[in-house]
This record gives sequence, C-alpha cells and structure tokens, in this order.
Amino acid sequence: MTWIVQNLWLVPVLPTFAAGINALLKQRSRIAAASLAIGSMALSFLLSLCAFAHVLGNRGGEVVLTQNVRWFQFGNEWLKLGWMLDPLTAVMLVMVTLVGLLIFIYSVGYMAHDENFTRFFCFMALFAGAMLGVVIANSLLLLFMCWEIVGLTSYLLIGFWYAKPEAAAAAKKAFIVTRIGDLGFLIGMVWLYAQTGTLLLYDGGAGCLEQSSLTHLVAQTTILGMTASAAIGILIFCGAAGKSGQVPLHVWLPDAMEGPTPVSALIHAATMVAAGVFLIARIYPLMGAHAGTLLTPTIALQVVTWVGAFTAVFGATIAVAQYDIKRILAYSTVSQLGYMMMGLGVGGVAVGMFHLITHAFFKALLFLGAGSVIHGCSDEQDIRRMGGLRKYMPITFAAYAVGMLALCGFPFFFSGFWSKDEILHAAHNWSISQAPFYMGAFGALLTAFYMTRQVYYVFAGNSRLAMASKDSHSADAHHASGIPHESPAVMTIPLVILAAFAILLGFIGTPAWPWFQSFLEDKPATFSFAAFSTPGILPVMLSSSLLVFLGLGLGWWFYGRKPIETAESPDALGELQPSIFTVLGHAYYVDTLYGATLIRLNNWWSRVCDWLDRWVWNGAVQTVSYFVLGVAWLDDFFDTNIVNNGFDDGCQSVSRGGQILSLLQGGRIQTYLRIIGCALIALVIFLLWGAKA
Amino acid sequence: MSAFPIPMLSILTALPVAGSLVLFALGRNKNLVRWSALAFSFAALALTLFLWFHFDSTSGALQFQERHLWVAPLGAEYHVGIDGLGLLMLLLSSIVVPIGMVASWQIQERVPLYFSLVLLLQACLFGTFTALNFFHWFIFWELSLIPAFFLIKVWGGPNRTRAATQFLVYTMVGSVAMLLAFLAIFLATRQFDFIDLAALAQSGHLMPAVVDKLAWHRFTPEHLGLIVFAGAFLGFAVKVPLVPFHTWLPSAYSEAPTGTTILLTGAMSKMGVYGFLRILLPIFGPQMQVVLTPLLWLAVATIILSAYAALAQKDLKRIFAYSSVNHLGYCLLVIFAVVKFTGGDAALTAEKYAAMNGVLLQMFNHGLTAATMFWFVAMLEKRTGGLRGLNDFGGLRKVAPVFTGLMGIALFSSLGLPGLNGFIGEFLIFKGSFPLVPWATSLAVIGLLITAIFVLGILQKVFSGPLNEKWASFPDLTMGERLALAPAIGLMFALGLYPQLVLGVINNSVVQMVQHLRF
Repeated sequence: MTWIVQNLWLVPVLPTFAAGINALLKQRSRIAAASLAIGSMALSFLLSLCAFAHVLGNRGGEVVLTQNVRWFQFGNEWLKLGWMLDPLTAVMLVMVTLVGLLIFIYSVGYMAHDENFTRFFCFMALFAGAMLGVVIANSLLLLFMCWEIVGLTSYLLIGFWYAKPEAAAAAKKAFIVTRIGDLGFLIGMVWLYAQTGTLLLYDGGAGCLEQSSLTHLVAQTTILGMTASAAIGILIFCGAAGKSGQVPLHVWLPDAMEGPTPVSALIHAATMVAAGVFLIARIYPLMGAHAGTLLTPTIALQVVTWVGAFTAVFGATIAVAQYDIKRILAYSTVSQLGYMMMGLGVGGVAVGMFHLITHAFFKALLFLGAGSVIHGCSDEQDIRRMGGLRKYMPITFAAYAVGMLALCGFPFFFSGFWSKDEILHAAHNWSISQAPFYMGAFGALLTAFYMTRQVYYVFAGNSRLAMASKDSHSADAHHASGIPHESPAVMTIPLVILAAFAILLGFIGTPAWPWFQSFLEDKPATFSFAAFSTPGILPVMLSSSLLVFLGLGLGWWFYGRKPIETAESPDALGELQPSIFTVLGHAYYVDTLYGATLIRLNNWWSRVCDWLDRWVWNGAVQTVSYFVLGVAWLDDFFDTNIVNNGFDDGCQSVSRGGQILSLLQGGRIQTYLRIIGCALIALVIFLLWGAKA
Repeated sequence: MSAFPIPMLSILTALPVAGSLVLFALGRNKNLVRWSALAFSFAALALTLFLWFHFDSTSGALQFQERHLWVAPLGAEYHVGIDGLGLLMLLLSSIVVPIGMVASWQIQERVPLYFSLVLLLQACLFGTFTALNFFHWFIFWELSLIPAFFLIKVWGGPNRTRAATQFLVYTMVGSVAMLLAFLAIFLATRQFDFIDLAALAQSGHLMPAVVDKLAWHRFTPEHLGLIVFAGAFLGFAVKVPLVPFHTWLPSAYSEAPTGTTILLTGAMSKMGVYGFLRILLPIFGPQMQVVLTPLLWLAVATIILSAYAALAQKDLKRIFAYSSVNHLGYCLLVIFAVVKFTGGDAALTAEKYAAMNGVLLQMFNHGLTAATMFWFVAMLEKRTGGLRGLNDFGGLRKVAPVFTGLMGIALFSSLGLPGLNGFIGEFLIFKGSFPLVPWATSLAVIGLLITAIFVLGILQKVFSGPLNEKWASFPDLTMGERLALAPAIGLMFALGLYPQLVLGVINNSVVQMVQHLRF
C-alpha cells in the first residue's frame, strides 16, 4: 500500500481541522481565518494531485485501492470505516479541491466587507472537509455521515445572512427537503447492511458492492416484485434526488440562492448538489446489478433516467421565466443535474460523471461571474435593472460569455458541448424508450435560449441600474453614482482560470479521444478521428448543434434585436404568452402546491396530535381521576350520612347517659369536697342515729 | 461472582444521602450550600468514574456485587450489583446531577432544602440502578418520587401544584400496579431477586408457578401471565413514558424548575427504560411476545405522535419535553423488536446486539443532550426573567453568537447529526431493528424528519431573523458558563467521533443480555 492511499484521509481532514481552528478564532482574525482555509485547501489540492498521479501511474493494476479501519464494536463484529482511491475518487478529488480553492480565493474579495468573514471561512472549510469525505469514503455509513455534515454546512451557509428572514427560511427548507430524501437513503442503507452484513463498499471481495453481495441481492425478491438491489438502489436514490435537486425534491435549490454567491457557486452548483450524482456513480454496481444476462437496464436505473430526464426539462422551462440572475442559474443547475442523472441512467458512470466535471467548472464560473456582477451593481440581483455591463465589466463579461457558451453546449470549442452530447448520444441508444433523448434535446434548446436571454439582459444595451438604484442605494457613497464597476483581481483571476477549464476540459472526452471515459473505466485511451463515424454520433452531434443555434437565435430574436429600454418594460416572451410565462415564473406553483397540501397536512396533523394529547389522552386520565374523585365523594357521603348517623344515634343516647353521669365528675375540687362534706355529715348523722338505736 | 473488597455501590448510594444531611447542617449561607452540594455531586462522579475504570468490560457480568440477607420471610435480600447497563446509568446520573445543580444556581428560596432534595433524588437513582432485589429496588423507585414531587411543587412554575400532583399520582398508580404484579409473583415463587426470577422465567417455570398458586379458574395460564405482565408493564410504561401513558410528562417537565427538569429528563426518565431492560425483558419476554404487535404500534405512535406534538408547542420546555418522549420511543421500539425472534435464530443475533447497544447509547446520549438543552433553557430564562416562548425572541445570534453556536451544537446532537453523539445510537437502533421489524422501523424514521423540523424551527425563530430590539442587550455566555458547558459539549463530540468509549465498556453486557433472551 502506498503512502498516498494510506494517508488519503488527510485530504478531508486538513480542511476540517482548519474549520475547527477557525471556529475558535475571534471575528477580527480575518487574515488568519482566510489563510488557514485557503492553505488547507491548497494542501488538499496538492495531495489530490498526488492521488490522481498515483491512479494514472497505476493503470492496469488494482482499480480500487482501499484502506479500512475499525471504528467501534457491537456484539462480535467491528464496524469498519474506510477510504478508497479509484479513478472516480481521483477525478472528484481534483475537481472539488481545485474549484474549492478558486472559490475560496474569490471569497476573500467577495466577502471582504462582511462582519462574519471568519465564520464564513470556518463553514466553507468544514464544507470542503465533509465533501471530500463523501468523495473518498469506502463505507456507505461514512459517506452518509459526511453527506449529512455537508447538508449541515449547506444549511449554515444558506442561512449565513441570518438576519434576513428569507435566508433563515431558505436554510431550514434546504435542510428539511434534503432530509426527506435522506430518510430513504437511511432505510436503504440499513436494508443493505441487513442483506450484505457490511457497509464497506470494497473489502477484498466481501464489500457490499462486490460480486458475492450483489449475487445475493439480486436473488432476493421484495415488494412490487423488485429485486432487493433495485429496491435498495431506489431508496438510496431518494437521498441522491434530495441532494441533487431532482423533481419533486428540487424546491430547496432555488431558495438556496439566499446564501452568499461563492456558496452558491461551490455548494449549490459545483460540488454538493453533484454529490447525489456522485453517489449514484459510486454505487453503480448496485444500481446496475442484474440477475442474469438480461440486457435491459435495471429498474433502479430506469427510475434514475426518467427522474433525470423530467428534471432536465422541468428546470430548463422554469429558468426561461426568472428575473433573478442567481435563480436563473439555480434552475439551470436543477436542469443540468437532471442531465447528469439521465446520463448515469442511460450511459453509465463515465457519461454522467463527465458532465458533472465539466458542469462543475462552467457553472462555478457562471455563479462567480454572477457574483462579480452583483458585487459590481451594489447587490442588485434583478436582471431587469442591469444591462450594458459589457462596457463596465469587460473581464467578467468575457468569462461569463465562456461559461454561458459552455452551458449552452456551443459546438466544438466548449466543454459543455462534448459532455452534453455524450448524454444525448447515450439516450439515443437507450433500449427502453426514445423519450429521454427528445426531452434532453428540448432541454438543450431551452438552455441555449434562457442563457441568451440572461446575457442580453445583463450585459447588452444600456445600464438600467442608475435609475433604479438612485433612491435605494443613495446612502452608499461608493455606489452613489450608480455606475457599475469591475471587480478586483482577487475575484477576476479565479474567473479567468475557470473559464480556461470551461473550454479545455471538453477535449479530454471527445469521441475521438475519450480519455476521461477510459480513465474512469480503466481502459487505455486511443486517439482516432474514425470514432466520429460510428453510427449515431454525427447525427446526434449535428442535431444538438442545430438546437443550440436555434436556441441562441430565438434568444437573440426575443431579447437582442432591440435593446431593453427600461427596467419596467415587459419581458418579450411574457408579452407573447403571458399565461404560460406566469406559470413558469412561479415555477409551476410547486411551492404553492406543497404549501397548500403537504405543509398544511403536516401542520394540521401536528395540531391534531397536540389536541389528542390535551383532550383525548389527558382527557382519559382526567376522566379516571374525576371518576375516582366521584367515588371518593360518594364514599364520603355514605360515611357522613348513613354510617355515621346510625352510629351517631346510638352514640348519642350513650353519651347522654354519660353526660348525666359525668356531672359527678366535673373535676372541680370544691364540688368533690362539698359532696364529701355532705356525705360525711350524712354518715355521721347515720352513725349517731344508728348508735342511739 | 467476584467480590470487591469494599462495598462500593452501597457507599455510592449513601454518599448523596450524607450530603443532603450535611447541607441542612450548613444553614443559611446560600453559596456555601450550593458549592458543597456541587462538591458532593462531584464526589459521586469521581466514585462512578472509579467504578467505570475498575469495571471488567471483558466479562460483562454483574460486578461489585453485595448480597446480604435482610428480611428473610419476605425473601428480601440486600443485593446490589452492576453490569454495563447499570454502570452506564450510574455514570449518566452522576453527569446529569451536577448539570442540574449548576442550572439551578439562580434559585434563591430555601436553597439548602432544594439542593438536599436533589442529592436525595440522586441517591434514589443510584439505588434504583444498582438494586437487584425487587424489595429495596422498589423502595428506591418509589422514594425517588418524593424529592421530585417537592422539587416541582415548591420551586415550580405557576401551575406547579397541579403538575406535581398529576406526576405523583400518575406514576404512583403505575407503581401500585407493578407492586401487585410482583406480589403475585412473590406469592407463587417466594422470590424477589431479579436474577433468580429471570432464570426461572427463562427455564419456563415462572408463569406455571404463578398459575399453580393463584388458581383462579376463570383465567387460562396465558391470560393470567398477561395480567401480571400488564401490571408490571404499566409501571414502566408510565415512567418512560409510552403513549398514551405520557400525559403527566409535558406539564411536569414544563412546570418544574428547569434545573429539576434536567434531572427528570436526564436521569429519571431512564429509570423506566432501565426497568424495561433489567426486569421486563428477562422476566416477561414470552408475554411481550404475545402482545408484540400492539406494543410495536404503541412504540411507533410514541415516536411519531410525540414528535408531531412537539411541533405544535410554543414553549421551549414543552418542545423539549415531547422531544424526550420521542427519543425514548426509539428505545422502546427496539426493546419490543428484540423479542420478536427468540431462541436459536443466530442470524439475527447480530442485529439484536446492534439494536441493544443502540438502546444503551441512546439512553446515555439522550440524557446528556436533553440535560444540556434544558441547561440552555435555564440560561435563557436567567437572562430574560423566565421567558422561554418560541416567539418571544428573534435574532439572538446577533448579540449572543457563542450562546447560539453552543446551543446549536446541542440541538443538532438531538437531531442526530453525524459527528455528534446522537447519531450513533440512532444508527445502531435503525440498523438493528430494521431487519427485525421492517415496517415499524420504516415508519419510525418519520420521527427523525419531524425532529429536524422543530429543531430548525427553534434555530430559526429564536436565533435568526432581525434582532428583536427588546433583547438588544442580551448578554452572551460568560466565561464561567462557557467553561461549565465545555465538558458536556466536548463529550458530545467525543462520543460522536469515537463511540467505542462507551460501547467498549457495555458491549459484553449487552451480548449477555441478548443471549439470555431465550424462552
């Protein structure tokens, strides 16, 4: 076992340790806090590179390197935790540490004026530690634990500006909605534990993702005729759906934009929300476990595919009608996460993961760009009040444009094109149905459209900020002019680096040189342009390119032809189809629906329980107590009036006699003496009389 | 039966009694009384730690036993001893009592009486957790009600009299039922010793003997067994409590002075679960098996209904009171689940080991966490003159960040966040009970969700949002308070990260408990 595998635990522990120290630092120790977080992250990044290099150098050797340790004992067995290094881990480690590092650096500029700067870096470092823990865990339990801590940091960071009631509510919502999914994850996990007797993923043949366990799992039939592996897979997918914002558990992700923008970039775009996708990739042997040589995809993977495809379209349609720059990106993230899930379902680990990695870079880029815009516009987030920023923020604009084109999947030069295309290609070949392919294609069109809309709103035309911000921000001397400004270098340099990755990453996963896919599958990568001629590749590529151009063109038609004049002017699409636009703008009223049904039901039920407690359970007790009191009163009545009275009458006649007799014993000495005197006299008279006689 | 040269357990029980007498002698100097009470509780903690480190965890059998004949015609022996379960409960009581004392520091009336009652209560707890003969076990069990009653009635909130009376009468009714059940058993077997009775029950001779002696022809042996079981069950079900025998609890917990609530929830509620483990499981296993389904439903109802009831409360103490019921509901779920399959089914013993270890951990963790949460309530009340409504505050994090952070840790521990103590117990409980009773366990996870909702609701309403101007000068935790809290918070992290600290000591006792479940 090599040094890097044995010490891989350092990667998550270093940022966690930094977080621990930061928690104890005073608020004013800003430099120390930021340096600790960034320093630990840089070290983790270097270690991740070592790990990556190790995996690269180990091609053809053992794919999964593990290190397990005992944690605690119950009964006769030890519960073991462990970490692992395989291509999937290596890729994720490098991505998380690199994106994290860049966002940490960016945050120094973005959060510079915040009074809780130290706390921010504490939470961010804790997040990084937990997320890296998810990545390296070789035990589903350890993964779950880190997963929950990731959820905690997400909660803390969404609610970072806790004085805003919306932020506090959004934080709570995020935690609770993801926890709903996590309940499924928990049940799936204990079920898996019960079936296989271990939660270690790989354990020299005895792990729960290894052949003997899988054989056991597919042999069991449970509810609805599913195999145990399918049922467990779907339960665990519930957790993944919660974290990755899949419908119907997506509602927390747009609200999570209440957090500071670097948080949105790191946690709610690049890493944490992708953890669900990563989880499915991690347990892929379980998700795809077949009973025999069946060639159709397993039920678990079908569920993943359908949920993902639906989410991809669902999120994209909503993004079309949003005005908040971050909410557009948030719904875009929901949609892209749907693509990843679909990619996993139809194409396997490599397909889903490739999009995860490219998305992490370009979406982090977009969020940081949006942050730069917000920062430059004195915290304005409404795209209707922006406009013309191209002139004021050229670096941000250039970087944002790269991110936007990558997200749209602009052909050939941007990473998003290659990764999205691969998903569509796999969907095209899916044996169950063609519907996911068409849904994905429609989503691609929408993506190009809403991103074009956003860019025109934000960067084109003339600034609409001045008139809007005159009254609201007049107190702020720095922004009194209302003129947007470019962000400092500490913020723009990370943007430029991310932009470079948003372009270049695509070239490691093209059909001609599928290095990334081969790396994950541990196969040698070959370079051949002939791969383009594989049936299905070019038609899909061509049609998706056409869709992208169509989307861009439609965006230009609606928003680019004539500049948007004022902040109040109606949305071009909204004018055309007001009712649909309103429904989309309210995100299909899903929140309203949940509020009217689930939340009301929950509140109603809690009041019922309270009422049951006060009146039924307690009422029963009170009834018994009143019954006992009643019996006691009857008893008392019987005693006083019947038993006592009969007794009393008897007693009274005795006592009357006694009273008369007691006159003799009044206790007065004089009376006694008087009686004695009288008696003496009588006695004397009697004796005298008798003697005479 | 290894005899320890010194009667440690008797000394341990006698120590707080002596302390309570000394406090009376100290008279009116309040601070002297408080500090001496705390000193006595620390002495008890030191003794318990001594036991902890001298306990032979490799055997897991009963240790530090003392056995003397007492009242021979009544079968009453003075028999004390502890295994991992008893030891853990002693440790918990010794940790909770000082917390309760510190949280009661602000009490100004009749200080010597208050603290001596607390010490008396601690003695009763020690007595209950060490006794192995029903005779004196029951004396301690009942005696503990008296200090608790007066603590609520004299120092409690506005409705204290009603709450104290309800608490006393309700638990007394349960105890009387239990006493009758044990008298029936005693008449039949001339035995009061828990260990001997458990042996009788496992050999299958207990209930036939009862039927022989109490030959009521109208009852079949099964029915008679169930009646006797029901009596004993009621006593413990009220104490834990199990829905619907829990209605005394919210008012008792919320009316009691918060320092006393800490004792009630941290230590006294564990007497009930302890009784289930020590007495009901070994002696009444077959009867529990007969009524397993309704019992499981009751446990699930306890978990879900109490969590939902907590969600509807507006008073922090009532929320935490219902939350306590919810947490102990998980313990009961397991206790019922483990009797489902008994005998030779070796495949499921691993699950039972996990579940029962989880129960013990959960008891300890709940005691620690609930005590700490109520401690924070006491500090809140001290700063606000007794206010503790969910909607009385807002934005406190702004003025009291350390208070918020540390209370947040306690709240998240109660929610079962990994890395803190609550998680491992819950995980082991779910891991163990799912294969035994899958549907009940799956329903029970709803409790986890609702707990999250009300815990986060507290964080949202009390600490987040704009600062309520009324509390602009709300003081943050003082250095003294931070230092006092540090051990409790530290223990939460320690147990969350390295549960082997406790599991290593109790595991072998749990193994023996499970192995004795054969009938």
